[in-house]
Amino acid sequence: MKILKFFLIIIILFPLSSVNAEENDKRNKITKNLRCLICQGQSVYDSDSEFANSLKIVVDKKLQEGLSEDQVYEYFKTKYGEWILYDPGLNKNTYILWLLPILIFLIGGAIIYKSFIVKK
Amino acid sequence: MKNKILPFSVIIIFGIIFFIFYKGLEDSKIYTPDVNTKKEIPVFNTKEFFSGENVKSSSIFELDKVYLLNIWSSWCVPCRQEHPLLMNLNLENKLNIIGMNYKDNLKNAENFLKELGNPYKEIFIDLDGTIAIEWGAYGVPESFLIYNNEIIKKYIGPLNQELVDEINLLIK
Repeated sequence: MKILKFFLIIIILFPLSSVNAEENDKRNKITKNLRCLICQGQSVYDSDSEFANSLKIVVDKKLQEGLSEDQVYEYFKTKYGEWILYDPGLNKNTYILWLLPILIFLIGGAIIYKSFIVKK
Repeated sequence: MKNKILPFSVIIIFGIIFFIFYKGLEDSKIYTPDVNTKKEIPVFNTKEFFSGENVKSSSIFELDKVYLLNIWSSWCVPCRQEHPLLMNLNLENKLNIIGMNYKDNLKNAENFLKELGNPYKEIFIDLDGTIAIEWGAYGVPESFLIYNNEIIKKYIGPLNQELVDEINLLIK
């Protein structure tokens, strides 16, 4: 009987804990990609400021409401602007950020090609 | 001639990079959200400060009226500084000042109002700071000028006489 009870408890608890863990992972991932606006340079995940703590509660609430990761980012973007995200999307303010590495790579490649390979 | 192009272009590129970085040094590194955007005010449920009764945001903010929402707290020192200005604003104007008590101990907050006066037409509480986030605020004090359920202007940090004059001009 005792063993049965033990297994029952494990069966009841196990799926719940794995769901919680999944939600925690998602929450941690999101808060790591949100910038704390009080202690700029720190993520919301790392920060313990009043603002960051409230933001963590809001992230939890939004996840419980069934919002996806992208929807949560979108929500904060409308409240605070693109800057709150550590991983900004491609738009008219950030296109240089995204295109510059590719441009540098191409120009660098062209210089190397011209001066080393063509010379040979 | 070909040999000269490469060093010349490298110097120019470095010059441009130096210029961009040098200019970047002068910019403020502290980001503040846009203060002039016209945004709808958020919808939320909260509790009234004195009675503790549940209130809806729609019953606090009516159309066709100008409101100043002020986020304050008894533990916030700059709030103490701006409080006399809010008292004056309340006396001088038809402006409805609404208070949002942010992450505060209610007794301390009541004492704060007893000591410095109560300029607010209504006060609601934000115990865990989540309503402030709905408003796009990130600290105390912060004030929002609202008309027709739209945020006209946002003031981050304590108000001063200059900003109060600006508010008076805007609501005329």
